[in-house]
Amino acid sequence: MNELLLGLATGFVFGFLLQKGRVLRFEKQVGAMLLRDMTILKFMLSAIIVGMVGIYLLRDLGVIALSHKSMNLGAVVVGGLLFGAGWSVMGYCPGTAVGALGEGRWHALFVIAGMLAGAALYAEFYPQLSATVLQWKEFGKLGLPEALGVSPWLVIAIFIPVVLALFAWFEKMKL
Amino acid sequence: MKWKTDDGGWSPYLAGALAGLLAIASAWATTAVLGKTSYLGTSTTFVRAAGFVEKQVAPEHAAANAYFTKEKIKVDWQFMVVLGILLGAAVSAFTGKSFKAEGVPPLWAQRFGPSVAKRAVWAFAGGAVAMFGARLADGCPSGHGLSGLMQLSVSGFVALAMFFGAGVLCAHFIYRGGRHE
Repeated sequence: MNELLLGLATGFVFGFLLQKGRVLRFEKQVGAMLLRDMTILKFMLSAIIVGMVGIYLLRDLGVIALSHKSMNLGAVVVGGLLFGAGWSVMGYCPGTAVGALGEGRWHALFVIAGMLAGAALYAEFYPQLSATVLQWKEFGKLGLPEALGVSPWLVIAIFIPVVLALFAWFEKMKL
Repeated sequence: MKWKTDDGGWSPYLAGALAGLLAIASAWATTAVLGKTSYLGTSTTFVRAAGFVEKQVAPEHAAANAYFTKEKIKVDWQFMVVLGILLGAAVSAFTGKSFKAEGVPPLWAQRFGPSVAKRAVWAFAGGAVAMFGARLADGCPSGHGLSGLMQLSVSGFVALAMFFGAGVLCAHFIYRGGRHE
């Protein structure tokens, strides 16, 4: 029960912040892909640079564990490209479609229905995909610091200034 | 820098940074409550929700499916996160007076007209392709993008590049000639 309540509370705050940041709008999502409005990238990258410091700090203190997703070449590249193509048409990602419904944009229901169909379709083809695309090349659950053979804090120390410079550029270009 | 946007929202930098703090708190809280660190994500929930529907319509077919067996059809922490997003967005929209019933996104209407049916067909198709891709890639912009990059996962960097690469390319193709600025 605690598990479900914790999930609900976490999602509630996440949805609240997504709505306040105006990330849930179709126009903001497509605007990012048209390179006109970087609202969603500002939100994502801000969350990422704050999050990575805390996550690695807690990891180093032994409080939490990392959970990398597998770097399966076929899966991530083909799946990622398919996702991007679908994303440009539907104008939402899975989480934001649900949030958009919450702020009254009921056209998100069509997107949600489509995503349920896509999930069911994937489940149907899972055996075939397991035997083909998913077999191409498996690099495993890999972190960038391990792949480069450096400390994660070095990666973070480079990543954050790069993101801040990008933010400065967004503001300068009024994106 | 402005903390409020012209339409009464919060600066995406502020809202995003707070979401980063939420992600840290959530990693800690899930470790304490679930006994295993869980990171924010949403797309597995769509598999489970589809599984619930399929169980009603074709129970034997659903039970025989290897992917549903792997991901387990159940209401779990992430399922509730997704429901929470719906509620949190609704409360924020109502209290911030930005709730609006909308049947076609304005930008879409400007390019393809105000037909709800036409939007519905494309939204459904786009959603299906995107979710198929997200399941193949094992994550979406929240799982791979936010949670993956926070952990400096190689898969997160590659996935996000693919999402945006294909998204930028397709969006330019779709909205080509539709710019009225």
